[in-house]
Amino acid sequence: MNAPTSSHYPAAGAAQQIEAHTLSVLVDNEPGVLARVIGLFSGRGYNIDSLTVSETEHQKHVSRITIVTRGTPMVIEQIHHQLERLVPVHRVVDLTVGAPSIERELALVKVRGKGDQRVETLRLADAFRARVIDATTESFVFEITGKSDKIEQFIGLMLPLGLIEVSRTGVVAISRGPEPM
Amino acid sequence: MSKEMTGAEMVIEALADQGVKHIFGYPGGAVLPIYDALFQQEKVQHILVRHEQGAVHAAEGYARSTGKVGCVLVTSGPGATNAVTGLTDALMDSIPLVCITGQVPTHLIGNDAFQECDTVGITRPCTKHNYLVKNIADLPRILHEAFYIAANGRPGPVVIDIPKDVQFAKGIYTGPTNVKHKTYTPRLKGDMEKIKSAVELMSKAKRPVFYTGGGVINSGKEATHLLRELVKLTGYPITSTLMGLGTYPAADPQWLGMLGMHGTYEANWAMHDCDLMICIGARFDDRITGRLDAFSPGSRKIHVDIDPSSINKTVKVDVGIVGDCGHVLDDMIRLWRGTSAQPDKKALAEWWKQVDGWRARKSLSFKNSDTVIKPQYAIQRLYELTKGRDTYITTEVGQHQMWAAQHYRFEQPNRWMTSGGLGTMGYGLPAAVGVQMAHPDSLVIDIAGEASVLMTMQEISTAVQYRLPIKIFILNNQYMGMVRQWQELLHGGRYSESYSEALPDFVKLAEAYHAVGIRCTKPGDLDRAIKEMIDVDKPVIFDCVVDQNENCFPMIPSGRAHNEMILGDAGESIEDAITEEGKVMV
Repeated sequence: MNAPTSSHYPAAGAAQQIEAHTLSVLVDNEPGVLARVIGLFSGRGYNIDSLTVSETEHQKHVSRITIVTRGTPMVIEQIHHQLERLVPVHRVVDLTVGAPSIERELALVKVRGKGDQRVETLRLADAFRARVIDATTESFVFEITGKSDKIEQFIGLMLPLGLIEVSRTGVVAISRGPEPM
Repeated sequence: MSKEMTGAEMVIEALADQGVKHIFGYPGGAVLPIYDALFQQEKVQHILVRHEQGAVHAAEGYARSTGKVGCVLVTSGPGATNAVTGLTDALMDSIPLVCITGQVPTHLIGNDAFQECDTVGITRPCTKHNYLVKNIADLPRILHEAFYIAANGRPGPVVIDIPKDVQFAKGIYTGPTNVKHKTYTPRLKGDMEKIKSAVELMSKAKRPVFYTGGGVINSGKEATHLLRELVKLTGYPITSTLMGLGTYPAADPQWLGMLGMHGTYEANWAMHDCDLMICIGARFDDRITGRLDAFSPGSRKIHVDIDPSSINKTVKVDVGIVGDCGHVLDDMIRLWRGTSAQPDKKALAEWWKQVDGWRARKSLSFKNSDTVIKPQYAIQRLYELTKGRDTYITTEVGQHQMWAAQHYRFEQPNRWMTSGGLGTMGYGLPAAVGVQMAHPDSLVIDIAGEASVLMTMQEISTAVQYRLPIKIFILNNQYMGMVRQWQELLHGGRYSESYSEALPDFVKLAEAYHAVGIRCTKPGDLDRAIKEMIDVDKPVIFDCVVDQNENCFPMIPSGRAHNEMILGDAGESIEDAITEEGKVMV
């Protein structure tokens, strides 16, 4: 424990920086559990930048929720504890602090175009290692995975080339190394 | 232990196995099978209320005065929605409840059936946890689990929504042995290293203060004993929140009185000027802290709470200890006894001198009158005439509640039932019904305001039906007093809709309910009238007609700090004391 040095004024909002954090939450996969998590965020005025959920251990009916949120360190700590307070929650790990972690997102990107535009679209897709998973004579659907900013960049480049629509999974994340969360 | 029975029978069986003697409720279509099962047994007594909100408040009063889990049984749809206020109240004040709601049969769920509502959806944010039981096989486990969750960790309300077909279905009932939740295991023992550094800080403090709350009461009687022991050992001053009144005896010289918005001068100044704040089972609520950025600026802070999310929520603390108050206090006392470090006697004497100086300000004093009953005087007389008895006090919400907290002196925990967090007008009367049910031979008084009590007045009928001799002591100033006070202080005396127009004749109202009505209008008659009220072995509505214009002081105006309180006799222009910023706050 750090030895307390001096008194704390409660941090005023402006004094603390807003940070983005990625939280992994292991929950019992029971009805309403996602509603509990989302309700907590909306009810207490926290932000959700991204949220993904899927059952990850079928025998134990355990799901893993990955949430990207932002707030001051005090708010992030609150979110962490508030999530832990939910009865069906097993564990909450803040992947942004502590050991290094990896984040990935998958997007499906539909682009429409003809002639030279198609060539340019394919060339850029290749550079971003996006795969063609559907094609017609006037369109492509690409599958791209990577960090969110890479996907953002790819979508930005597709925009003038005939971007039609995008579907994204949201962020999934895991810590590096052999240990589980 | 294992037996085949219907879902409805399982509910009763589980209640009995959990030691439940009383359940407060109101029947309806979707709970008829459970009411039928209730009818055919004698283990659990049902108390029929007049409105489901009353059932939940009654169960809260029952829980708070006994330390047990309170139980509620209501029907689907409106039964469940009417219970929402009570559930939210219990959540905010950490009161353990199990509320069983009926639901339309599973095949009708989602079809907008008659008296259907999304009970688990509606109650999700106002319960600690809730369940919709879709399969009879899950019912016994859920029933026992609900009691475990309601009572363990930071207590709170749990809803079990049971569709009607599940109530009829047959299944195997299993008893409560070895019910443990797979994920919910709250931490009871505090981190020893942190407790050590807390005790070290305590032994070095020069201007310490204990700031305690309802968590000590929730932790159980033992925690109260330990707190008293630690406070005596250290010789430090102690204050408490509204919720924690009674944990430390009000008659003891180390007691500073309640703190916060309507707390005493000495309690708030001690909080502001202390160099060490020892917070045990309280949560730095906005009614306590006042202006956050000027809250106790020179102190280090220790915070003991069973709920990790309470620590560093609004006020950053130096030592945050997650654990049950009782366990942590026990460890603190052991370490304190074992340490050679002694508190700085000289500094402590200085500190007490300062505290006594603030105390000499007599911040709860008021100008009494010979012609009109001052509400503070009424509470003082009520206290004097009931203090020797086995008395429980409940309140509604408003000025009368604050006056009761200031002028009624509590020596024991579990004797004071009030709606703190949610501030629910209409809480006190049904809560008194619940308290009296648990303590049939005790004196149970609801200190009320005439506006609050009208919100749940129908529960007097419950009291009459069950021969519960509760006393409803109404401080009748014909105003929603606290609203009027804020309008006077903040809105130029424009009393928008705060006058209690067309009030009933409370004496006749009592008589209409087959209760007893007493009215008192003169200070000289007050003692005799209160004695009469106490002596009647029936429910009483006491209409105490008091000064209409009295304001509740001291007061920390919203947006101000502890050292900026307004006193009743200050003569300061109060309107000027509240900034534009402060007016926005509640």
